[in-house]
Amino acid sequence: MQVNEELVRQITEAVMTQLRRQKDASGTEAPEGEAIVSLAGRERINPVKSDYSSYPKAGKGTDPKEVVIGVGAAFQREIKKTICGIPLEEVLKNLRAGIEEEGMVSRVVKILDTSDVCFMALEAAKLSGSGIGIGIQSKGTTVIHQKDLYPLSNLELFPQAPLMTLEIYRQIGKNAAKYVKGEQVVPVPCANDPMSRPKYQVKAALMHIAETEQLAPELGMIEWEG
Amino acid sequence: MKRSKRIETLDNRPVNLDGYIDEWPEMGFAAMKSPYDPAGSVKVQDGKIVELDGKTREEFDFIDQFIADYAIHIGRAEASMAVPALEIARMIVDIHVPRKEILELVSGITPARMAEVLNHLNVVEMMMGMQKMRARRTPGNQAHITNLKDDPVQIAADAAEGALRGFAEEETTMGVARYAPLSAMALLIGSQIGRPGVLTQCSAEEATELELGIRGLTTYAETLSVYGTEKVFIDGDDTPYSKAFLNSAYASRGLKVRFTSGSGSEVLMGSSEKKSMLYLECRCLYVTKGAGSQGIQNGSVSCIGVPGSVPGGIREVMGENLVAALLGLECASSNDQSFSNSDMRRTARTMLQFLPGTDFIFSGYAAEPNYDNMFAGSNFDAEDFDDYNVLQRDMQVDGGLRPVTEAEVIRVRNKAARAVQAVFGQLGLSPVTDEQVEAVTYAHGSKDTPARDVTADLMAAEEVLKRGITGVDVVKALAQTGFTDVAESVLNMLKQRVVGDYMQTAAILDREFHVLSGVNTPNDYTGPGTGYRVEGERWEEMKRIPHRINPLDM
Repeated sequence: MQVNEELVRQITEAVMTQLRRQKDASGTEAPEGEAIVSLAGRERINPVKSDYSSYPKAGKGTDPKEVVIGVGAAFQREIKKTICGIPLEEVLKNLRAGIEEEGMVSRVVKILDTSDVCFMALEAAKLSGSGIGIGIQSKGTTVIHQKDLYPLSNLELFPQAPLMTLEIYRQIGKNAAKYVKGEQVVPVPCANDPMSRPKYQVKAALMHIAETEQLAPELGMIEWEG
Repeated sequence: MKRSKRIETLDNRPVNLDGYIDEWPEMGFAAMKSPYDPAGSVKVQDGKIVELDGKTREEFDFIDQFIADYAIHIGRAEASMAVPALEIARMIVDIHVPRKEILELVSGITPARMAEVLNHLNVVEMMMGMQKMRARRTPGNQAHITNLKDDPVQIAADAAEGALRGFAEEETTMGVARYAPLSAMALLIGSQIGRPGVLTQCSAEEATELELGIRGLTTYAETLSVYGTEKVFIDGDDTPYSKAFLNSAYASRGLKVRFTSGSGSEVLMGSSEKKSMLYLECRCLYVTKGAGSQGIQNGSVSCIGVPGSVPGGIREVMGENLVAALLGLECASSNDQSFSNSDMRRTARTMLQFLPGTDFIFSGYAAEPNYDNMFAGSNFDAEDFDDYNVLQRDMQVDGGLRPVTEAEVIRVRNKAARAVQAVFGQLGLSPVTDEQVEAVTYAHGSKDTPARDVTADLMAAEEVLKRGITGVDVVKALAQTGFTDVAESVLNMLKQRVVGDYMQTAAILDREFHVLSGVNTPNDYTGPGTGYRVEGERWEEMKRIPHRINPLDM
């Protein structure tokens, strides 16, 4: 989530109002402890929406060696780290390195018309000169897709974002490139931690809300250098 | 601040690893009630609902329209809506009002009114309601059968053991989606070795899942997801109408189907339209009923972390299970996803369905260790089998499972592994070594088994689809390799598709392939001395847990 000045100001104001109210009511100082500001009544997480109208629209690639990486609407802007704290810049660097190590070419686009990772990946695949694409949400959930598959099908899906590492992202890049080359690909082994849901699901919901509220469907997909 | 040792100790308890958040209705973080929920209302004109929950027909979204046209008994609507919510709530817990009467009354109320009714019930009253409103007379249970390697041999062995332990349905899914045909086949074979008549399904992308069903490699389907807001439906490339169509596609081939829904999905997708989780789930359940599905898997399911994080969330989860039963739907009541780091909290959550009994208390109890559960972990797993059996015995409650002996477990696991080895060999699929059969027989999970040749398996999976292999080919291969009894069981499962009786509400099969459903064995609970009671052979079986003291050893 972006902690910009506007948000800080609003939160501070809310806390101060709350403190003043408590003091007025009881005539004493507010009790110690961490104050959690209720967000009830607010309709967004980030008050500001990024404007991408001046960015070049993403075009369809023609290079048969190309893998398109489609990143989420809040990627590297409102959200700078995955759900487990990996900087998105590093994530992107490793995905691209994986693709390039296999001799293929990567291109990054930002997807502004959906935040559903399967559809993001499919849209990236459809733009890609090779027909292979990777979709990645800002919280880190990733899918490798191929342009002729059903949207909710995929080549590889990595649903548990809290378990991702940079090494896995690099492997995903490599595998995507191998699909382009038509090799028999051994899928990146799935990680599984049954306790990541209770710990991370609410955080995932908040990050997804923060991503979804940045969508600008009228812009579709834009070129994104990252 | 100097830290209190007491507070530090508490801070380190597992329950504090779970995520909690304050109510935030604008984003849907409200369990039972949101200030933005509509009040229940209905207007009927010329046999058509023209107003539903405060919206006129012109204002309907496609969910409202579908519900108004197909999910509410229009002839009953105005009379049912004239009954106050509190009175309906009281009738639900009143043992003198039979299930049938409530089904009839409730068939005419709207989703918003349903949510109002549920808001009058505390969790004990909800459990009383479930005890009476559950469709099938006997409760049941369903297992997840999966592993981290997508190893079909282990799937067969775990399916056999799960069936032996009492699960009436078994469901698999994959880490690598392309394994689906092999997973489905292994599950079908293994289940019948543990106990003939167990239903199986393979949760996959919808088109693949339908194809596996049509080919007779699965015997039911469950992954038809519906949502409470139009936006989330559209994001999934769906509408209530497309789901109804898919439902009919399964029905046309004689497959049992239930839908899936659950609170929290709209919040996770960022499109809750400020409504409470309960109200949105009511909409899902009405869509399910309107689409003609016999049942639902609900109770937040994979989104349990969301209702689990807000005040009253677990009450809401039980509430949505009860709404399913009130609409006459079979309810497979979740408990199928890891929910809490605290053993106390995860057990307490399950008691709400376990004590009254639902059609399937778990819609996926992990019949493998949770590290192998590819639904991202269930609330109970293979390591909890004995705890569960003891809970049944302590409270004389039928949770659908039974104690087993080590010898039986080893026998059925071995037979299942050998049967898959034989069938794969016969059909020319990827080979299964004797070493693997041995490892899987005695394994607890995939950490105890050798690696499969994934590339060969995926090519074999593709072959199954390309060559058009069906359930009948599996029957033939089993018969040709000497597994005659298993061949007969699988054939019997295929015959069910022609008979079609197991498509009725809440149907399961006994070991003679007789249907037990809400139609031929309906729940007849009307208070003490009525309904299903744990007694006779079943009670004796539940008593025989392992590790009982033998007084003669003293």
